Amino acid sequence: MEIKYYIGLALALFCIGIVGVLTRRNAIIIFMCVELMLNAVNLLLVAFSKMHAATPMGKAFPAMVSDAQIFVFFIMVVAAAEVSVGLAIIVMMYRNTHSTDVNFLNRLKN
Amino acid sequence: MSTTEILFWFLSALALGSAIMLITARSPVHSVLALIVTFFAISGHYILLNAQFLAIVNIIVYAGAIMVLFLFVVMLMNLNASAEPKKHRTLQLAGFISGGCLFLVLVAALRNADAVNKTTELVTGQSGLIGNLGRELFKTYVIPFELSSVLFLSAMIGAVVISKKEK
Amino acid sequence: MDVLKLVWLIPLLPLVGFLINGLARNYLSKAMAGLIGSGVIFISFLLSAWVFFSLKDGQAPIHYFDFINVASLKIGFDFQVDQLSSIFLLIITGVGFLIHVYSTSYMHDEEPKNFAKYFSFLNLFVFSMLLLVLGANYLIMFIGWEGVGLCSYLLIGFWFTNNNYNNAARKAFIMNRIGDLGFLLAIFWIANKLGSVDFHTVFANAPDPNKFSTFDITGITLLLFVGATGKSAQIPLYTWLPDAMAGPTPVSALIHAATMVTAGIYMIARSNILYTMAPVTQTVVAVVGLSTAILAATIALKQNDIKKVLAYSTVSQLGYMFLGLGVGAYTGAVFHVMTHAFFKALLFLGAGSVIHAMSGEQDIRNMGGLKKYMSVTHITFLLGCLAIAGMPPFSGFFSKDEILGAAFAKNPVFYIIGVAGAMMTAFYMFRLYAMTFLGEFRGTADQQHHLHESPKAMTIPLVILAILAVVGGWIGIPEIFVHGGHRLETYLAPIFAQSNALQERNEMAQSKEIMLMAISVVAALAALLYAWNKFSRYKKSTEEEKGLGKVLENKWYVDEIYDAIIVRPVNAIAKYLNNVFERKGIDGFVNGIGRAVNYSSRQVRLLQSGQVGTYVLMMVIGILVLFIVQLFL
Repeated sequence: MEIKYYIGLALALFCIGIVGVLTRRNAIIIFMCVELMLNAVNLLLVAFSKMHAATPMGKAFPAMVSDAQIFVFFIMVVAAAEVSVGLAIIVMMYRNTHSTDVNFLNRLKN
Repeated sequence: MSTTEILFWFLSALALGSAIMLITARSPVHSVLALIVTFFAISGHYILLNAQFLAIVNIIVYAGAIMVLFLFVVMLMNLNASAEPKKHRTLQLAGFISGGCLFLVLVAALRNADAVNKTTELVTGQSGLIGNLGRELFKTYVIPFELSSVLFLSAMIGAVVISKKEK
Repeated sequence: MDVLKLVWLIPLLPLVGFLINGLARNYLSKAMAGLIGSGVIFISFLLSAWVFFSLKDGQAPIHYFDFINVASLKIGFDFQVDQLSSIFLLIITGVGFLIHVYSTSYMHDEEPKNFAKYFSFLNLFVFSMLLLVLGANYLIMFIGWEGVGLCSYLLIGFWFTNNNYNNAARKAFIMNRIGDLGFLLAIFWIANKLGSVDFHTVFANAPDPNKFSTFDITGITLLLFVGATGKSAQIPLYTWLPDAMAGPTPVSALIHAATMVTAGIYMIARSNILYTMAPVTQTVVAVVGLSTAILAATIALKQNDIKKVLAYSTVSQLGYMFLGLGVGAYTGAVFHVMTHAFFKALLFLGAGSVIHAMSGEQDIRNMGGLKKYMSVTHITFLLGCLAIAGMPPFSGFFSKDEILGAAFAKNPVFYIIGVAGAMMTAFYMFRLYAMTFLGEFRGTADQQHHLHESPKAMTIPLVILAILAVVGGWIGIPEIFVHGGHRLETYLAPIFAQSNALQERNEMAQSKEIMLMAISVVAALAALLYAWNKFSRYKKSTEEEKGLGKVLENKWYVDEIYDAIIVRPVNAIAKYLNNVFERKGIDGFVNGIGRAVNYSSRQVRLLQSGQVGTYVLMMVIGILVLFIVQLFL
């Protein structure tokens, strides 16, 4: 598979995630779309690492190829931490306003 | 069409389809389930690319832990389809269009590049194996690895502090 | 010790006096202010006298520093010390000093800080005037020219709480400016043609037809003359001088009799070679001068304010000086400047003494018989009147007859009209004298109580000026009486050498010359006696002037004509421009920008809705735009 298919797939998933962030009003759904975007990027990174593996330089330096996959690993680490804190915030928001509507959070108005 | 290709297209279709379901589902629970399917599809892609470690980690961490957490919260708030008000029609349309435009722009940008025709090594490859990855992780990237544990600690403390009930 | 090294002190000392009196006016006592003001002028006078006595021929201009150095135009701050400027230096500092001393007594009613302000303005005036006559190029002269105009404005409006005085000051300044525009255009023209405005260079190149065509010379001289009409109050820019009498009397004496108004004469005398090369302009100058002389004389016949009579008399005498310049009698004109400075300053200071004694009264219909009370003022005033009427052997006779003689040589009509003017001069001056000093006192009993001779500080300058008015003419005795008697002519010969070489000297027969003199003297004497007789028996009457008398009393309605033709339309245009262009156009535009910014900022503010979703949308759109710009443009 040429890399262009993976690029296209990852781009599509990413843009679907963006559309989801812009379209929905529920905070949890928005959060999930952010996770989707992160995953699209992960996929692309892994694809790129395998693309480099196919080149002569990649064959000479295998460490270079696994750099991207280690990166993906750390992205997942950060995503996990972020989810836990984010959900805590959402729960607090729900407790205060009894709704998950992001439009309620308009204290930044004017 | 070899098996790998068929698998690739199938997994891609699955991923895209469930992503679309994620953003269009009425009920939040349906969205969560759609996202889980997406994660599985992506893990399938990882296996196809022979990134075995990442595939398993993806399923365990994302689909297993994070999504379950989401599900817990959704259940906790007792959200159902009627709970969410609809966003303004124009804004929705604007969001949809801008997302679509972004996709088109990026695709068009890469259209003529030579590099996009490079092949990726499917199915085979040493780099994705657990042993190799682990060796890299603990040799070159051991410090970020340790720091990530600190990150988790702070996230835990943060989450606990945020959700404390006011006395 | 070469005095020329110290020439820069002559204008500098009055400038220092101006600064000290001006800046420290709140702290100086009246005595100190008067001392500083008069003292610096006295020292300048001593230096000028020294310069006069040690002057040699062929003096090169003294260069102090480069003033303007732009592209090919180099103008230095240079002083030219030659016979013409040294005469004027003596006049300015000498008469100026006497007037300063007079002012210390005349202005003694003022508060100390106004007193000091007065002296600082006077010193600034003397400084500017000195700069004017010392300049070695047209630019330095112009700086002094503008400076005296400014000081005239400041001093006319000295009692600024009176709005009429302010209007008079403004009128003087504006009319001066109109003339200044002509002067400035002439300077530009000269600089354009020659690349330099130095007197040396300009006068050396004046006869050269390659540098200056006839059109050029005529144009330049006409423009310079326009400047002179503004500064020296000729037709059509003379109406400011009578109104300038609103200032204190010593100011009228110094500025509007002896010095500033003679700046135009000095300028034309200095540029005499240019005028000799342009006969057309000379005719214009002569005609304008003569008409002004007659017009002002007719108006003076019916004026009742003592200072206004003297003002119109000044305009008239200036007309005679321009007549002299116009017929080529440059020495005569400068001679008349000198004698006029003496007797006109004397007359004004005498008038000031009278006004002082009459507790501020200026209408001569309310005076009379003052000779009993103020003998010194009376005698000196009489001497001044005799001088101005052209009676021999007083100074006015010699200078005026020289001009009239030269006028006859050019064109007998000039002479005839000039004599008519001289008759009128004698008439109105002795009308003034008789109504003021002879006959019965016509004022109030209160005023009669206060009549007294003025203090020494006022009478001593009067005496000195009277002596000068009597003997001042004796340096210019014509050839026919004493061979080699015209010392002034020999002294000023180097200045006018170029012109005299070019124009024909009409040597008249001796008998003809004596006859011309006799005719003018006899005519003036007749007018004098008639006026003396008629007005020493003057009785105040309440009947209004009728017919020609009314027209003369109202100054030929010239001011009203100017008002209707020029002032009102200009004001109307200004009002129109203000309302339409300024308010609606420019203000509207500028305010409109303000309003537009206000409006757009209000609209932009609405973007901050606080909705995070909108923010993210904006972010995505921004990224989109960035990508497009980066990747496709």
